[in-house]
Amino acid sequence: MLAWTIYLSFAGALLQALLPKGKAELSRWLALGFAVAGLALAVAGFAVGMGQGLTVIVDVPWVPAMGIHYLLAADGISRVLVLLTGLAAVAGVLFSWNIELRTNEFFAFFLALIGGMYGVFLSFDLFLLFVFYEIAIVPKYFLISIWGSTRREYAAMKLALYSFAGSAMVLIGLLAAYATSGSHSTGLIALAHAGLPVSFQMWCFPLVFTGFAILAGMWPFHTWAPTGHVAAPTAASMLLAGVVMKLGAYGCLRVGIALFPRGLDPWGFSFIGLGSWRDVFAWLAVIGIVYGALVALAQTDFKFVIGYSSVSHMGFVLLGLMTLNQIGVTGAVMQMFSHGVIAGLLFAIVGRIVYERTHTRQLAELETMHLSKRLPFAAWAFVIAGMASMGLPGFSGFVAELQVLVGAWKVNPGWVAAAGVGIVVGVAYTWRALQKAFFSDAPPSPHLHEPGHELAAITWPEVTGVVLLMGASLVVGLYPRILLDTIEPAVKALLAGGGQ
Amino acid sequence: MNYWDLFHATLPVTALEIAALVVLIVDLGFLRKAALNVRVTTAALLGVAGCGAALWGLTLSAGQSVGVNFELPLLTESGGTVAAQAGILILTALTLLLLIDSVFTRHVGEYVSVVLMAASGGLIVAAAQDLLVIFIGLELLSLGLYILTAFAKSSGKSAEAALKYYLFGGMSAAFLLFGFSYFYGLTGSTNLKQIQWSMTASGASPMFYVAWILVVAGLGFKVAAVPFHLWAPDTYEGAPAPAAAFIASVSKVASFALLLTISTNWFVQSGPITGQRSVVTAALRQYYATWPPLATILLVVAAASMIVGNLAALAQVSVRRLLAYSAIAHAGYILLGIAAHPVYAGQGRVIEWAEGNIGPAYLSANAVLYYVLTYGLTTIGAFGVVAVVERATGSDRMDSFLGLHKRNPVLAAVLLVLFLSLAGIPPLVGFWAKFNLFAAVLGASAGAAPFALVALAVALSAVSLYYYLQVLKRAYVMPAVDETPIKAHPVTLAVLVVIAAAVVGLGCFPALLQGWIASCYPLG
Repeated sequence: MLAWTIYLSFAGALLQALLPKGKAELSRWLALGFAVAGLALAVAGFAVGMGQGLTVIVDVPWVPAMGIHYLLAADGISRVLVLLTGLAAVAGVLFSWNIELRTNEFFAFFLALIGGMYGVFLSFDLFLLFVFYEIAIVPKYFLISIWGSTRREYAAMKLALYSFAGSAMVLIGLLAAYATSGSHSTGLIALAHAGLPVSFQMWCFPLVFTGFAILAGMWPFHTWAPTGHVAAPTAASMLLAGVVMKLGAYGCLRVGIALFPRGLDPWGFSFIGLGSWRDVFAWLAVIGIVYGALVALAQTDFKFVIGYSSVSHMGFVLLGLMTLNQIGVTGAVMQMFSHGVIAGLLFAIVGRIVYERTHTRQLAELETMHLSKRLPFAAWAFVIAGMASMGLPGFSGFVAELQVLVGAWKVNPGWVAAAGVGIVVGVAYTWRALQKAFFSDAPPSPHLHEPGHELAAITWPEVTGVVLLMGASLVVGLYPRILLDTIEPAVKALLAGGGQ
Repeated sequence: MNYWDLFHATLPVTALEIAALVVLIVDLGFLRKAALNVRVTTAALLGVAGCGAALWGLTLSAGQSVGVNFELPLLTESGGTVAAQAGILILTALTLLLLIDSVFTRHVGEYVSVVLMAASGGLIVAAAQDLLVIFIGLELLSLGLYILTAFAKSSGKSAEAALKYYLFGGMSAAFLLFGFSYFYGLTGSTNLKQIQWSMTASGASPMFYVAWILVVAGLGFKVAAVPFHLWAPDTYEGAPAPAAAFIASVSKVASFALLLTISTNWFVQSGPITGQRSVVTAALRQYYATWPPLATILLVVAAASMIVGNLAALAQVSVRRLLAYSAIAHAGYILLGIAAHPVYAGQGRVIEWAEGNIGPAYLSANAVLYYVLTYGLTTIGAFGVVAVVERATGSDRMDSFLGLHKRNPVLAAVLLVLFLSLAGIPPLVGFWAKFNLFAAVLGASAGAAPFALVALAVALSAVSLYYYLQVLKRAYVMPAVDETPIKAHPVTLAVLVVIAAAVVGLGCFPALLQGWIASCYPLG
């Protein structure tokens, strides 16, 4: 059933591409229809899959000469991330309701991207996963370069080349793993049991992990992220921050850690306090957390604040992965879901609700506009989203980050201490952005009440989108078991050796 | 050998030659007064029919060999040859269909018959097992290509390109022949297998390497490998578009099939390779056990082609020159596969088809053929798009692609698919071509050197995305200067759409083509 999320999205993309020009309204409703159908399937798949382990959906030989199977399956981690993709897709369509330029092409690329992402989360064959992973690159490029804003062509090319360079690293690693294992199956679980030599895992793990982590925004390979997020049209930045970065993190977990677990073993010597690849990547994650937060604090562009905050929050995901214990990795998966929802919401408020009305993202200009009075809906939505982003109890971010930190404490309290700095700064930059953009006392600009400067009313797609994402974060925050029950067994199985 | 066997084994070649004559007779004898478009259509369709007849002939002649001695044939119609020949015929037919829209010449009968004769040269090259037959086939192919390049008589560029191509080509043919004469002098035979036996028996003397370098220079020219690539950008730029498409596809398929034949015969490993099959732990001393010295020379050429082709393409503003440099880069990838191909040839004879286990030698031969055929297909489509745009805008510069998605959405979509396939983005066929090839290289030979070369190739194909995107960016992203629609002939458009659909379809079901190529090899 979950496989249909992929096929529906691609069918939708094809249909949109064939749609005659000038049918913007039809195109929107079609896109919404396909996205909602995908979400419905994702929810149904999630509900049916509760309490089940790994279930195989399709398994047919694809490239028999190389043992590649078209193998779609789902475990708890996949189901949660498919659910996230479904949510982001629907919200993305809703927040793109005002796209007038080449509407059908926009939704064609959008749905193709969504289809690729569903595919990654459901693939249990190494090369199938890689195929879907690369499918996602091209739509991203066109979404940003055609419908984007600030320095869009530069940002789009940077993103495309970073992604492609990352996937080239992954491909080299995967080919090497395939050749070394000598196995005639490329199924993830079969390869995990193939027992690759430790010396091989030692160098292949960092290659593959870094390749995927580029897309997860790991410091110092994060620089595509802020420029890409800022340049992208709202729906694309929601997807970039919300789901695409998770593709990278998911690849780190599903391929990097599951296939090359011994690659994380200690080297046997220590260099400036680092004794294994685990230490290296954990510290990079911690640096990302603190660095992203500090840079976000210094931004003058509202969207850059959110862009850098994504780098910071994705650091928690990577840190959680590097704990390698049940609670930390569970927290990382939770954080993937939580950040996907919250970052999507923040980008929607900044890029769509505020920017499309005020036509500026400069905090200094927004200060003079008194948006809390003129756009109270946006202001209060941002207050709640900001609280969720800071990790206040009651929201999904709290559950996720807490677990990551507990998991990290068990391994190295130093990581937690450093990451704590990031959390404190996180409160500061969110608070600063909130205050400057919405609740400032600065003298109003003289043009404020001139005719032609009224802000358009909030539309129904905006309200629906905000409610959807905020609801998801709240539900998970108040009743985390709803996801944890699904994630925990899957993480346990994965850490125990590749899967059930 | 008797004439019946010869006729039987060369049925496809004969069919093409007859078709070439029929085209000439019909065009010059009956259609002298007819309108040009009638003549073009008739000639092209007759040519396509000839290719169809040759394909049918191929099914009859498959499995045949001719020669004085069964062990040492002149030509064989077996193994990869059949796949390569079928590819040559199909690709020739496609380039002929693209001719229907062209207006660069009034001598269409001559054009089509030269194409068919050159293609028959390609068929001979792909099947040849003897130095003399190889040379005859290559000359038949090359002479045709020189004429085709010069066919746009009113264009100075075409004449310039043809002259450069001819001069370089004549020089490289001389090198090739010189190298062949050394091989003959050293072994007393012109048969590839006999030469291999003599080399193994007498041990490789340094003269073999001198001869081999001369041969590589000659064949490196045909496949546009660095440092023998200088003709390619000029020829691709100056030749009439259908001729350029023919040079970029059919001639490449034939030449790579020849390299595959040579490497299968000559790069045989004396004993089975032992040692740990791990990629990084293998020590350098394993290197010489892994790569025969003959293959090492190819590897150097391959690496140079990948690097120069990809980096030079970054700076191009003419799309045809860009395609030329990208062809050089692709030739580098393919040569990598050919160099790695025969390592296990001695022990790869046993093939188990169950569970998809194939001997490594066949795996990489399959991968090379798969790559060449799909690359030829893609590149014909790319030249088809360039030709249409060029006719409408008068230039093949990148800026003439501005706003193509508005001017002709179908053409833009075809361009998108083909260029992304050339860049190697899944699920398009170009991805599987690269993937098979690299996997075959790593699967056939362990050690740090092959791994480093594959890593280089993968990294450079990441670079290549940049220049392909430069063209696509103009077609899709940047604002149009001129928004008047570009019209394409319905046949051209249909051919291009079929090619794009094939690129997508074969990419989604990669096993189709792989299975077909594998089925060309005799079992066991």
